[in-house]
Amino acid sequence: METVPKPGSNVPPKKDKLQAKKKKPRRYWEEETTPTAAGASPGAPRKRKRNRELRPQKNTHIPKKSRISKKPQVPKKPREQRSTGPQRTLSGAQDPFAGPAPVPVEVVQKFCRIDKSKKLPHSETKIRSRLEAAEAQEEEISVEAARSELLLAEEPGFLEGEDGEDTAKIRQADIVEAVDIASAAKHFNLNLRQFGPYRLNYSPTGRHLAFGGRRGHVAALDWVTKKLMCEINVMEAVRDIRFLHSEALLAVAQNRWLHVYDNQGIELHCVRRCDRVTRLEFLPFHFLLATASETGFLTYLDVSVGKIVAALNARAGRLDVMTQNPYNAVIHLGHSNGTVSLWSPAMKEPLAKILCHRGGVRAVAVDSTGTHMATSGLDHQLKIFDLRGTFQPLSARTLPQGAGHLAFSQRGLLAAGMGDVVNIWSGQGKASPPSLERPYLTHRLSGHVHGLQFCPFEDVLGVGHSGGITSMLVPGAAEPNFDGLESNPYRSRKQRQEWEVKALLEKVPAELICLDPRAMAEVDVISLEQEKKERVERLGYDPNAKAPFRPKAKQKGRSSTASLVKRKRKVMDEEHRDKVRQSLEQQPQKQEKAKPTAARPSALDRFVR
Amino acid sequence: MSSNRVAKSSLLALNQQEELEDLPKDYPLSTSEDEGDSDGERKHEKLLEAISLLDGKNRRKLAERSEASLKVSEFNVSSEGSGEKLVLSDLLEPVKTSSSLASVKKQLNRVKSKKTVELPLHREEIERIHREVAFNKTSQVLSKWDPVVQKNRQAEQLVFPLSKQQSVFAPIEHVISYWKARTPLEQEIFNLLHKNKQPVTDPLLTLVEKASLKAMSLEEAKMRRAELQRARALQSYYEARARREKKIKSKKYHKLLKKGKAKQALKEFEKLQKVDPAAALEELEKLEKARMMERMSLKHQNSGKWAKSKAIMAKYDLEARQAMQEQLARNKELTQKIQVASESEEEEGGAEEEGEPLVPDVVNEVQMKANGPNPWIFRNHSSDTKEAEVQEDPEEPAEPAAQEASESEEEGAVAEEEILLKEFEERRSLRQKSGLNQIAKPVGRQETKDPNSQEVLSELRALSQKLNRENHQSRKQEPSSARTVLVVQREEPAREEEEPAREEEEPMLLQRRERARTLDELEALGKEGCLQNKELPRAAAEGQQSERNPSNHLGAPKEKRKEQMIDLQNLLTTKSPSVKSSAVPTTVEELEDEEERDQKQMIKEAFAGDDVIRDFLREKREAVEASKPKDMDLTLPGWGEWGGVGLKPSTKKKHRFLIKAPEGPPRKDKNLPNVIINEKRNIHAAAHQVRMLPYPFTHHQQFERTIQTPIGSTWNTQRAFRKLTMPKVVTKPGHIIKPIKAEDVGYRSSSRSDLSVIQRNPKRLSRRRKKQLKKNSVD
Repeated sequence: METVPKPGSNVPPKKDKLQAKKKKPRRYWEEETTPTAAGASPGAPRKRKRNRELRPQKNTHIPKKSRISKKPQVPKKPREQRSTGPQRTLSGAQDPFAGPAPVPVEVVQKFCRIDKSKKLPHSETKIRSRLEAAEAQEEEISVEAARSELLLAEEPGFLEGEDGEDTAKIRQADIVEAVDIASAAKHFNLNLRQFGPYRLNYSPTGRHLAFGGRRGHVAALDWVTKKLMCEINVMEAVRDIRFLHSEALLAVAQNRWLHVYDNQGIELHCVRRCDRVTRLEFLPFHFLLATASETGFLTYLDVSVGKIVAALNARAGRLDVMTQNPYNAVIHLGHSNGTVSLWSPAMKEPLAKILCHRGGVRAVAVDSTGTHMATSGLDHQLKIFDLRGTFQPLSARTLPQGAGHLAFSQRGLLAAGMGDVVNIWSGQGKASPPSLERPYLTHRLSGHVHGLQFCPFEDVLGVGHSGGITSMLVPGAAEPNFDGLESNPYRSRKQRQEWEVKALLEKVPAELICLDPRAMAEVDVISLEQEKKERVERLGYDPNAKAPFRPKAKQKGRSSTASLVKRKRKVMDEEHRDKVRQSLEQQPQKQEKAKPTAARPSALDRFVR
Repeated sequence: MSSNRVAKSSLLALNQQEELEDLPKDYPLSTSEDEGDSDGERKHEKLLEAISLLDGKNRRKLAERSEASLKVSEFNVSSEGSGEKLVLSDLLEPVKTSSSLASVKKQLNRVKSKKTVELPLHREEIERIHREVAFNKTSQVLSKWDPVVQKNRQAEQLVFPLSKQQSVFAPIEHVISYWKARTPLEQEIFNLLHKNKQPVTDPLLTLVEKASLKAMSLEEAKMRRAELQRARALQSYYEARARREKKIKSKKYHKLLKKGKAKQALKEFEKLQKVDPAAALEELEKLEKARMMERMSLKHQNSGKWAKSKAIMAKYDLEARQAMQEQLARNKELTQKIQVASESEEEEGGAEEEGEPLVPDVVNEVQMKANGPNPWIFRNHSSDTKEAEVQEDPEEPAEPAAQEASESEEEGAVAEEEILLKEFEERRSLRQKSGLNQIAKPVGRQETKDPNSQEVLSELRALSQKLNRENHQSRKQEPSSARTVLVVQREEPAREEEEPAREEEEPMLLQRRERARTLDELEALGKEGCLQNKELPRAAAEGQQSERNPSNHLGAPKEKRKEQMIDLQNLLTTKSPSVKSSAVPTTVEELEDEEERDQKQMIKEAFAGDDVIRDFLREKREAVEASKPKDMDLTLPGWGEWGGVGLKPSTKKKHRFLIKAPEGPPRKDKNLPNVIINEKRNIHAAAHQVRMLPYPFTHHQQFERTIQTPIGSTWNTQRAFRKLTMPKVVTKPGHIIKPIKAEDVGYRSSSRSDLSVIQRNPKRLSRRRKKQLKKNSVD
């Protein structure tokens, strides 16, 4: 579902916000080809002629907009038109843009949720008026939402090679060279060779980074300002680390149990019911911490009340591949028999099982819209699946060594860690799957990749490896506009506390997690039927049943028994015809199937193989 | 004794009384009466009466005789006993009219005009009437509130206490237009402006200018008036005529009228045919529809009441017979097309006897498909198409063009099916037209065996052959899809050798084939393992494309996109192209033992793969079995037959007592081999779902549609959110909510509302009410 864009409230000017995108705005006097970075780093020599625009050029975007607005506009409210139309002003000047501002239809369409493709049964006028009212309301609010798109001022960054140039050949150093200082500062390496391969996690706002090394090193920092929040050694193997709903709480999967620390590094909880945890996922809207353990259990822990909501036995041995679908909060587990299973705390069995690979599944990732799932297996394949009902692979690639870690960015870029190399693929737009033909970026690290995550709202990819942490610049990875009420990177402590209360109030019950979250807006037909049946039994008749046709009494001998019967028959026949018609409409395929058999078979058909 | 005394005393008293009474009475009449002795006589009589009353036996009261006529004249006919009464007016008549009497007369008339007062109604009845009247009155008064109530019920929000509507936002310039000059300088300026009638607010035209623009010259006005008059006269004339014509009852007239109209329509149709064939086609459609209606109805089948009555008379009455025949003829005329069709079918039979099936089945099939889902219609149409194919009328003017087109096509311009289809369609329509013409002159149909027609037929045959060939190709391709495009291409030259004439068509065909490639083919391609780099994504795209393609291809009617079970084996064994990456992981480059391990892993994978798939399939089968509804077996062993160890109930019995479970809906993963979707219901989530339909909705889909838009602030703008969650009723705290008044709802100025008048002008209303009351009382 599209959420409505909201500007950040009480947001300080985002001067240090984004690396690549955050450069000085382009001025009209600047030439088109000059990169905006030139202003920021004038000394940077441009060795190769390469259009390395990290910030979208305004002049490329403006014609697009004007094209859109030329399209048919959504009809305005007649009332509004009337009020503004004929009136003249004192000066005689007329409003050249009378009426409400036009809204492009496509944008409005994006916010429309009523599925008009479904055919409704015939409805009476009263119902029809209700439906019309609902549709009118939908249009009104979607127009308003479309209008508020104007507030999304930021545009995503991008990286474009000149004709024939492969963007994958652009190294991080080149990017860092080209972008402004603030953005360049977002690329950094932490050399931490001592405590083994690192797992890392960004906080939901993208402001904080937590990482844990296998040899017990746990640290959290405000990575933008590089201010360390805490650093401890838990003296135990750390398998995974994850921020809870805010940066103040930190869950660490240690060798035996799951521990929760605060941002000072003080241990708050030790959850002994979650033992030998290998992977952690946090579902922010449900306040659930999902843990996958070596013992094969998937456990949901409600962090708002500290209760274990569900402990599900996956019956598939050790679980060490887990990810969440941000669209519907379903947990995806990868198994050694090549399947990926989808889990909800409300069901004891998996919601679905997908056979993805011939070998075991090594990594799973789901994009932010919940439409695509990327999996990589022991058979060295990387596949992208469509999650919208069909679960069929859209594309597949064989990688030289198979990907051990996968991550999707907010805008649908796919990163894969293969050995000590990170490959990033990009798609056409936000909702399109990444095309695996050629990588968008590649980067070689100083150690084997052990953890991957794109930073929310920053064009940054965090990579944890055996040599420490690397923060890569990936232009166009993140959503440029953040929702100030939902996840504000610049929020103060007070604001965070306020948000916490609101988020807790809006907490979604765990049992509502299902494959199609929109199914909640549907009527429970089975119970409805059941209740109807019970009611009929109780009353002894069906109050909603259609009354049998009773012919009207007529005069002049037309109400004879015979004619009454005739009239009844007529109505019956008409109903029957309707039924037949409906059934025909429902199964046109059957008819088509029957036809070819009816066609005269050719004598030569027997030779056809 | 005492009684006597009493009687005497009463007598005395009576006498005295009578004397007393008589005095004033007699006095005015004394002039009309004769003498005083009559007085004495009367007294005497009364006395006698009183005495006779005393004895108590003869109590019969004697009639008093007052008329004097008998005594006056013996010749007069006595009016005694006739019951004639003396009326007061009779007394007055002979007398001279005098003013004093006139008033008396008037009074008399008035008294006379008044009938006798009826008995008052029962109290209950009166009350009922009163209630009825009062109800009517009050409901009438209250009905004025209906729109208000309606409005309030439908209102999105009601704010109490009710306040007047808030003013709308207006741009500042509109507000300024009410601005007045105050300072002396302003006033001076405005004075100047007003003197010149210069417009202050809107500098467009001065008043004078406007007036001069508005004014019309006298002649113009006159002309216009005359025009209007004429128009009005004409209109009224036509109206009157129409009314007159409408009233005509003559059947003959109407018959003539209808015939005239029909003729006119035919003429117009012919004209249309020449000018605008498309419109003519539409007309034809209408005719077709009329034919259908006629066939459905019994209107002209001589089965109605009228027809039956005529049938009785027909033996004797020539006219009746004629009328019946006319009706039948009309029926025939309306349903005539069928006859044409049957004729053509005969012909077709004849043609087939000659030994050549003219029309390829494919053509008809496609036509059927094009006709849509209505089975009643398509049968009709397909027969039409057959007819169309067969009746090649060379005399048709439009025919040559079509021929040319087809010929040119044969030469190899384009082999597109769409064009073919269109052509057939055109021909069909032409055929219909020609059929119509043939109705007019069936004589011209004799010479169908022209060389010309033969040509057309042969051409058609060629087309059909071409189609068949294409068909074969596509069919061949489907099963032998293991062969890749290359193979097909290899095949091509051979075919080209066979038919060098079709050389030009070939690429087109090829293209189409590629476009319409199916998914299974792709899998086969994958099996082959010689995939190019792009294969898989393109495959998906092509699959979509093929789905999007309308299935009206002539060449590929068999290539139906059935939802086919995708082979799991193929799905997983497809070799995807490997990525060429600039950066290969160092481990691959450096570590040799790693490589060895990799190889081992590879071998393991190669062998493990099959197991994985088999396991998964088994698991899926189990899941499917588990989710199927179970049959119920109600057999009781030993019931009705021998029971015991080792005895099984007979199959017949088992069969009889087995209750088969209804087949559930198809599984969601029916066509997805690599997926097991859990069909179990999420009860916890269902508890949060709506399970009762609210009032006006009758179907859950209707209701679902109204709740599909989210109302939360996460998905809506702040304003929209506020509007969506607006409370229905808002009450201001600390305010008294008074009952609604007429003023509140804007009845202030309207005089039709009694209520408003109550508020504003009680005096007037009271007068009116009085009037009404009076009226009521009179009624």
